Amino acid sequence: MRLKKYFPIFVMPTLIAFIIAFVVPFLLGLVLSFTEFTTVLDAQWVGIQNYARAFSNNDFKNALWFTVKFTVVSVLTVNIIAFLLASILTKGLKGTNGFRTIFFMPNLIGGIVLGYIWQLILNGILHYFGVTITYDPKYGFWGLVVLMNWQLIGYMMVIYIAGMQNIPTDLLDASKVDGAGKFQTLKNVTIPLVMPSITICMFLTITNSFKLFDQNLALTAGAPSKRTAMLALDIYNTFYGKAGWEGVGQAKAVIFFIIVAVIAFMQLSYTRKKEVEQ
Amino acid sequence: MSKRGIISKFFSYLFLIIAAVVFLSPIFIVLMNSFKSKFHISDSPFTLPDEKTFEGFRNYTQGVAKTGFFSAFGWSLFITVFSVAAIVFFTSMTAWYITRRKTKFTQILYYAFVFSMIVPFQMVMFTLTKTANILSLDNPVGLIIIYLGFGAGLSVFMFSGFVKSIPIEIEEAAMIDGCNPVQTYFRIVFPILKPTAITVAILNAMWVWNDYLLPYLLIGSEYKTIPIAVQYLKGGYGSVDMGAMMAMLVLAIVPIVIFYLTSQKYIIKGVAAGAVKG
Repeated sequence: MRLKKYFPIFVMPTLIAFIIAFVVPFLLGLVLSFTEFTTVLDAQWVGIQNYARAFSNNDFKNALWFTVKFTVVSVLTVNIIAFLLASILTKGLKGTNGFRTIFFMPNLIGGIVLGYIWQLILNGILHYFGVTITYDPKYGFWGLVVLMNWQLIGYMMVIYIAGMQNIPTDLLDASKVDGAGKFQTLKNVTIPLVMPSITICMFLTITNSFKLFDQNLALTAGAPSKRTAMLALDIYNTFYGKAGWEGVGQAKAVIFFIIVAVIAFMQLSYTRKKEVEQ
Repeated sequence: MSKRGIISKFFSYLFLIIAAVVFLSPIFIVLMNSFKSKFHISDSPFTLPDEKTFEGFRNYTQGVAKTGFFSAFGWSLFITVFSVAAIVFFTSMTAWYITRRKTKFTQILYYAFVFSMIVPFQMVMFTLTKTANILSLDNPVGLIIIYLGFGAGLSVFMFSGFVKSIPIEIEEAAMIDGCNPVQTYFRIVFPILKPTAITVAILNAMWVWNDYLLPYLLIGSEYKTIPIAVQYLKGGYGSVDMGAMMAMLVLAIVPIVIFYLTSQKYIIKGVAAGAVKG
């Protein structure tokens, strides 16, 4: 075809923006994680020293552990509740659309606004006990879990509903005729058939929880003494809160990227495997 | 209907109604508190405003004055509309081109775009900010270019997936009839891409409208978007004006709710479709 000479029109604008906003910063970030710098231009090679400092940094270790715990709890609660709501909303009850509209709405509200909404409510409840959310890291942890549930349940529910509506009704009828109870039908028919949706939702909640930043910043900003700071917030604090730690911040960012990339590749290989089986 | 059926229906509704109340009450509580004087918010957020605590719209006037809300709304709207337009326009062209003209280079480009999807923002946060400063892209128009580049990954990926499903014969027929690639693309291909374009537009609009960190780092010192204006109220170390905060939260939520209720169908469909592909 005669496409070749149209490259500048079709690809150039996106490509230039992509190079400026992604390719250059990404490669520069990789290189800078092995250097000491304050303004990018004054970088001095220091080898893996930044990585050693990152791994011996208590704030980082705490953030990593906090993030992992938070992700596990959120993934379980969000998906169980979303699945439950989806299975009720696919029964063909009246008013289903209205409920779906309500449950999905929090997903559209931005993280900063969500954080302050829940700060008001949680502080209001804790006020009865004479404390605030920043009194104990436990409160911040469960506050973030509640917030995450409120935000993501509706989103996951929509995906589960789409999956459940694809189950052929004759399969459900057949299992009824065969005398299967509700639990057996769920275990042997519904769950295996909505497995693709479950996989998608699992990975969406994992990555969303793992990369959480705005909500964390607004709800507790890491208080008390950085003990509720998640990875993204800890990286931000290392860059902009401590002079001379930019290199360590970049090393933490690379570690963060590698963890997220590993999760993404696990998802990819899992979906590929599933597609082959079908 | 059998007795068991009625009981199960009753419990389903009971559960849904309780869940709906839990989902809606945070927004209602914020709305209620936005009309109370700032000294009566933190200690009793769950009571309705009464004669003593009711303030009318004073929180709104003060909040708007303190944060410059209307200018923040204007900048949010400007940045979102033009970023989304740029993303849909340019990435769909790019996706079509690199799908239709398979060379080593376009293949590498495709994988680079897909790869960028999994890289968390913190990885490029510092270097991207510096790159944008050096290139004088730290202004609202520059930010739109950055959004195009950083948002290109997901959008190119989604458009490419759809382009592959379009029979190439349609385009060949147009070319034989004398259309050049630009005409073919805009007259034939883009109209077919419309459903995907709506999905891409919604996903990016939700991201850009709610994004806090990127605009804060790039243009935050001179221009505020809505999330920056909300976070700005918290300020340095001083206490937060809770009244103004409540009013700002309401003003931040209202445009989203209006947008949601008017185009709900597209949003839920788009988000579900985006999740399945992404």
